Amino acid sequence: MNAGRNLGPVGQIPFGEGRAFGVDGEQVAVFRLRDGTLRALSAVCPHKGGPIADGTIDQDVVLCPLHQNAFRLDTGCSTTGAEPLTSYDVQIDNHQNIILRTSAR
Amino acid sequence: MTTVADKTQDKAQHKTRPTLPGPLGKGRLQPKHQARQGRQDARRRLVVIGNGMAGARAVEEILARGGAEQFTITMFGDEPYGNYNRIMLSHVLSGEESDADIFLNALHWYQDNNITLHAGVRVERIDRFTKYVFANNGHVVPYDVLIIATGSQSFMPPMDGLYTPSGSIKPGVFTFRTIDDTRNMVQHARYGDDPNSHPSDRQRRAVVIGGGLLGLEAARGLQSHGIDVDVVHSGGHLMNAQMGPDGGAILRRSVEALGIRVHTESRTTAVLGTDKVTGLRLRDQPDIACDMVVVAAGIRPNVDLAVLSGLHVERAIVVDDQLRVVDEDDIYAVGECVQHRGEVYGLVAPLWEQAVVLADHVTGTDTSSAYLGSRIATKLKVAGVEVASMGLHGPERDTDEHIVFSEPSRGVFKSIVIRDNKMVGATLLGDSRKVAYLTQAFDKGLPLPEERISLMFDLGGPAEEQGVAELDDDAQVCNCNGVSKKSLVDVVKGGCNTLAGAMDATRAGKGCGSCKLLVKQVVEWAADGAVAEDPAASYYVPGIPLDKASLMAAIRKQGLRSVSSVFAALAPGSAEDAKSKMGLASLMKMMLADQYIDERDARFINDRVHANIQRDGTFSVVPQMKGGVTSVQQLRRIADVAEKHNIPLIKLTGGQRIDLLGVPKEDLPQVWADLDMPSGYAYGKSFRTVKTCVGKDFCRYGTGDSTKLGIEIETRFQGIEAPAKLKLAVSGCPRNCAESLVKDVGVVAVEGGRWEIYVGGAAGAHIRKGDLLATVDNPEEVKVLSGRFMQYYRENANWLERTYSFVPRVGIDRVRAVVVEDAEGLAAGLDAAMQASVDSYVDPWTERDDPLTPGQFRTSLPLTVLPRVPVR
Ligand SMILES: Cc1cc2nc3c(=O)[nH]c(=O)nc-3n(C[C@H](O)[C@H](O)[C@H](O)COP(=O)(O)OP(=O)(O)OC[C@H]3O[C@@H](n4cnc5c(N)ncnc54)[C@H](O)[C@@H]3O)c2cc1C
Ligand code: HEM
Ligand code: SF4
Ligand code: FES
Repeated sequence: MNAGRNLGPVGQIPFGEGRAFGVDGEQVAVFRLRDGTLRALSAVCPHKGGPIADGTIDQDVVLCPLHQNAFRLDTGCSTTGAEPLTSYDVQIDNHQNIILRTSAR
Repeated sequence: MTTVADKTQDKAQHKTRPTLPGPLGKGRLQPKHQARQGRQDARRRLVVIGNGMAGARAVEEILARGGAEQFTITMFGDEPYGNYNRIMLSHVLSGEESDADIFLNALHWYQDNNITLHAGVRVERIDRFTKYVFANNGHVVPYDVLIIATGSQSFMPPMDGLYTPSGSIKPGVFTFRTIDDTRNMVQHARYGDDPNSHPSDRQRRAVVIGGGLLGLEAARGLQSHGIDVDVVHSGGHLMNAQMGPDGGAILRRSVEALGIRVHTESRTTAVLGTDKVTGLRLRDQPDIACDMVVVAAGIRPNVDLAVLSGLHVERAIVVDDQLRVVDEDDIYAVGECVQHRGEVYGLVAPLWEQAVVLADHVTGTDTSSAYLGSRIATKLKVAGVEVASMGLHGPERDTDEHIVFSEPSRGVFKSIVIRDNKMVGATLLGDSRKVAYLTQAFDKGLPLPEERISLMFDLGGPAEEQGVAELDDDAQVCNCNGVSKKSLVDVVKGGCNTLAGAMDATRAGKGCGSCKLLVKQVVEWAADGAVAEDPAASYYVPGIPLDKASLMAAIRKQGLRSVSSVFAALAPGSAEDAKSKMGLASLMKMMLADQYIDERDARFINDRVHANIQRDGTFSVVPQMKGGVTSVQQLRRIADVAEKHNIPLIKLTGGQRIDLLGVPKEDLPQVWADLDMPSGYAYGKSFRTVKTCVGKDFCRYGTGDSTKLGIEIETRFQGIEAPAKLKLAVSGCPRNCAESLVKDVGVVAVEGGRWEIYVGGAAGAHIRKGDLLATVDNPEEVKVLSGRFMQYYRENANWLERTYSFVPRVGIDRVRAVVVEDAEGLAAGLDAAMQASVDSYVDPWTERDDPLTPGQFRTSLPLTVLPRVPVR
């Protein structure tokens, strides 16, 4: 497993929201849950290309803003029957930076 | 489905046979024999004449008994459609239901069940000796078993002037029986006989002849098109087939309270007008001017076909207890066209019972099955009033007991007739809570409680659920669709434990809707409390198990001020729920105004960035343009912005504003800064816009300054959030160029400086004319009442429930009582709450200078190529 990419301070992402990052040519939506932990999924909705980072989240799922398909934040699997998103490993390091591993889990 | 071989034969016969009924003769025997011998299908041929409620139901019952193995089935229907729910025509007339929604069996049902349907084809004669039916399009079809289900037609009472000299019905005269009748009435009600004429120039008054079920439904339906309606009834009181004079008098009050004028003991003698209707003449009473006459004076069974074909017909086609036409072996009849033991029925419940017995015999499943007649217990909703009636209307013998309760002011009337401790009749008006129990007592002759009043009211006695438990298995719960308690219970036991699911599976509650409460009780009882709540049904948002009132109470009681605190305190397991966030955010902002702690993650993306997300992930920007009025400066600035930012599409909206489409998220703050105009809120579940017409300053018809009032309303209520969007309009006169009648709140200036306020209108996915809330004397009152109405809506509507659902659900009378008459003492509170919302308004586009969250306007658009919105 690679060491992961540092995407900068976690403070870029407000609690309960997501932001999009371009990493190694991949588009990744990183979410900061209200409990402070992070989740990362591919950023383009498989349904019709909706911007996943603009979605509404809770502890379990993100709702795509365009047609409200839901995807599990941990696995990327859709709970509404859409194709899955890719999920990525993401951590916060000791310096409060976001560390993302793009080799898909 | 008839086999291919069969079909070609049909065609061959078509060519060789006479198309119209002729005298019986030998000539036609030959092709018939060919047809019989050439058949490859061993199944018998079932032909059904009449594709209405009885005909189609009989076929359904036959199929349910394995009829498809025994028969090839051919149906003829005079109406060019599949089978629809005739009962619902009243709702189609009033616009509550679209005509597409009332089909019970669409055309593909016939295909799926291999039924050959000849829609729009009328059978003109039956040859009962050679066993053929002759249709008006030349088809001649052989049968082994024949079912006649031709129903009834409207009765035209004798009067002058019904027809034009050429013999056609005079334009403006209508009957109310079929979907086409209904469409024609709607057409006329909307456009008159001249589609190009101006609505306000036409007289808009209709007279309905007949004050029974049909007449009252027609009157109510027409009224919803803004037409003034009179009902002329020859009897002494309304609905005299269902109730006595006392009940009739109370019904009259309720009907008149709706604004329908009632003339009883009035006979119509002539329709006035030479080439179209201009009025109606009554005996010994002044003429009534009108441009529309609806004849609903009763029905007559369609028996011409049977008479012509030599069947036994008295008032209707006479059948025995097996629904077989007397003296015929292979011909059955069912529905309104039959006379059984002297009775001819005009409601659907008996025909469901008939269809069952008929199917038992036709298929041979149960040859002992017998129809013994129906005890007519009707439960209906007529013109919005609940009516239940069974048996006698009043006492007939000296020893009969008669219990009467009458409360005219609420429109409630109850009467029960008891003979030998058995119930022999009941009439209930305006409150049908005890109907299920009474119907059963009536049907089964149950012994009655000594304390008779408990027949009418629940006196802290057995609760409703017990009432449901006591119901017999075969008690009919839904009369419209003939659903018994047992069928409902079976569906629930079969694993379907939501109300909506059980209703879908059985069709219970999908007719006139008056049984919905009982259906719910039965489902709850059958599920033994384990009804999987249909969350959307009662919860305000799916993630918090509370309805709106309880949710608001809990939020207040616990002093919750943010969406996250609501989840923590009220959600099961304190779990957040993404689907609930937006609804909660809106509700709490409404309740708490500036006390609300606004957590941005609870908002939908549109509300986070104050713009409407588009299919390609860009946004649209709609600046405020109050009342649709703009200026040279604004237009110039908008043009400059569009040019500078390469706006791909500039479009005028339906709400009289200018939309700049295709703005990337990261450009939003700069676009707003360059525009320097406030947000038009074209993206939120909130107050959107006030559409106005030019009004009296410029328009030569205008009687009120609609533009000015529209601007004032928009200034006051800009941006307030609501359970769903609010679109308003103000028109300067009843010509209504701003389409005020189809807005959530619509204002119309009328003569004398007065203003009408309509609420609950819609002209989007749903079309509904708003209900008149009040007519007031000045623009200030318009603002007060509109605001109070909107606040009442904000506090009481379900999440995403538009006013066009909310107003009819609550009832305009109730809305008016609260908002205009302040009957519940809520007005001051509503006004204060609205004022707090108004005061806490801040233009969201000012966030451009100071983003509220990190990266608020950072792109989420992936770099991959997305579907592009075409640039025009
Ligand atoms: C507006 C309205 C509201 C109503 N509301 C209620 C209510 O709330 N509750 C209630 O219980 N009942 C109500 N009824 C009555 C109910 O609709 C009828 O009892 C029921 O439709 C009768 O069914 P049917 O099959 O006998 O007749 P229909 O449904 O009339 O079907 C007969 C069909 O046969 C066709 N037909 C006739 N002759 C021929 C021929 N020679 N060849 C081919 N086809 C032919 C006709 O075109 C028609 O389609 C209402 C009726 C109307 C019109
Ligand atoms: C004598 C009668 C009428 C007069 C004098 C009148 C006048 C006007 C005027 C001046 C406009 C503005 C036109 C514009 O913006 O270009 C208008 C628009 C409109 N009128 Fe009328 N009108 C009349 C009847 C009606 C009727 C009967 C209806 C509807 C049934 C109607 C519906 C509308 C609508 C929907 C608009 C808006 C059109 C748009 O925005 O493009 N009008 N009318
Ligand atoms: S509604 Fe307005 S624009 Fe239309 S005719 Fe009346 S005043 Fe004139
Ligand atoms: S694009 Fe995501 S749900 Fe349609």
